[in-house]
Amino acid sequence: MQELKNRAIELLENGTVARVLGWKIGENTYDPEPAFFDSVEAMKDFVYNNFCAANLSKYMIEASKLEGKTLVCLKPCDSYSFNQLVSDHRVDREKAYIIGVGCKGKLSIEQIKKSGVKGILSVTDSDPIQVETLYGNKELPYTAGMLSRCFSCKGKEHVVYDELIGESAETSTVDRFDEVRRIEAMTPEEKFAFFQAELSKCIRCNACRNVCPACNCRKCVFDGNKFDSAQKANVDSFEEKMFHIIRAFHVAGRCTDCGECSRVCPQGIPLHLFNRKFIKDINTLYGEYQAGADPEAKGPLTSFTTEDAEPSIVSKGGIV
Amino acid sequence: MSINNEFRPKIVAFCCNWCSYAGADLAGSSRLAYPADVKIIRVPCSCRVNPMFILRAFEKGADGVILCGCHPGDCHYSTGNYYARRRMTLLFSMLDYMGVENGRTRVEWVSAAEGVKFSTTMNEFVEKIRSLGENVRLGDLRCKN
Repeated sequence: MQELKNRAIELLENGTVARVLGWKIGENTYDPEPAFFDSVEAMKDFVYNNFCAANLSKYMIEASKLEGKTLVCLKPCDSYSFNQLVSDHRVDREKAYIIGVGCKGKLSIEQIKKSGVKGILSVTDSDPIQVETLYGNKELPYTAGMLSRCFSCKGKEHVVYDELIGESAETSTVDRFDEVRRIEAMTPEEKFAFFQAELSKCIRCNACRNVCPACNCRKCVFDGNKFDSAQKANVDSFEEKMFHIIRAFHVAGRCTDCGECSRVCPQGIPLHLFNRKFIKDINTLYGEYQAGADPEAKGPLTSFTTEDAEPSIVSKGGIV
Repeated sequence: MSINNEFRPKIVAFCCNWCSYAGADLAGSSRLAYPADVKIIRVPCSCRVNPMFILRAFEKGADGVILCGCHPGDCHYSTGNYYARRRMTLLFSMLDYMGVENGRTRVEWVSAAEGVKFSTTMNEFVEKIRSLGENVRLGDLRCKN
């Protein structure tokens, strides 16, 4: 962390970058938040620990419009999102100075709470995690606090960077399509009951949309014509019911599977299951495709071959 | 909708202007019957159909939605239906994944010369939807309303 901070200060001082996009220390170890730092003095609040799960690539859309370069810290999975934004022409590669930061799997306070720890006063981001609670100190294995998305990590290689700082550790233990396969194996009634139960929890806070790097339209289909908060008040029943299907479809072929949607959902809806289903189908039908791996590659939904499968394949036993 | 307790499905058919709409016209002028439950919406190309149109049709009470376009390779705009084909495959697969009966959606390629195919397809599709009954799942995905 210190090495990263020193390097960022050095680049700020010598004028290579005008600002740093990183994480600001929160009230506790476990709640760092994304922030811009535009001076060396401001950098005192800079932090990078194992709780820094936020994907910063989407902030580069705004940063690309600013004067000068922005130093951005990207984890391996974030670098895919950055590349995808470059190919969507939403960020300017020239405006970014990318430091690829190491990742050993990210922790989440929600996961730690889920493992049954109550009355948390403070936590460390070390392996094992030391938790200080009202009822005494506890020690948790690192994996008990890790975000579920990190167990099906795409790999610890950065696809785009200017320099690399910090070490990574492999965290992938399960196939990312296992959950999708489990749902595919259900009967239609079970599938429907599962999704209805999950989606009924949705409060339409739009957190998934706002955090998603693939959701980068200037004007979203779900935005009304009214001003500011008034546009949120008139969600019609169509939006209410179809929001998640439509959102998943809109990012299909561009979703890099960064898992931010599920991480930020205050209701704990496993939204990544929609995106992964699309990714799985695309891989099966149109060939292996990882969005963001190559910014020059053509997206699966903006290209075609004359031998593509017919839609009737779905009713003939589905896509497996 | 039901009259005399007999279930009459509401079917929305998106037909491309150049092939399928003309195919439907030919079916009409050849006096080939197809059920009046089918409501045709003319679109410039099958590729014009945004997946939201299909979801919207279901939300507004359709029991089945069918998309008809030119045969692959015969698109008036050269490649439109190839894009539509990929989109619809993914959308239908997603609906299936969410537990919506997969017979409710269909894509059929009907050329302007295939009045017979249009009429038989529509008859088949309406029969299929009749056997599936009313669409409740897509209208009730979130237990709201």
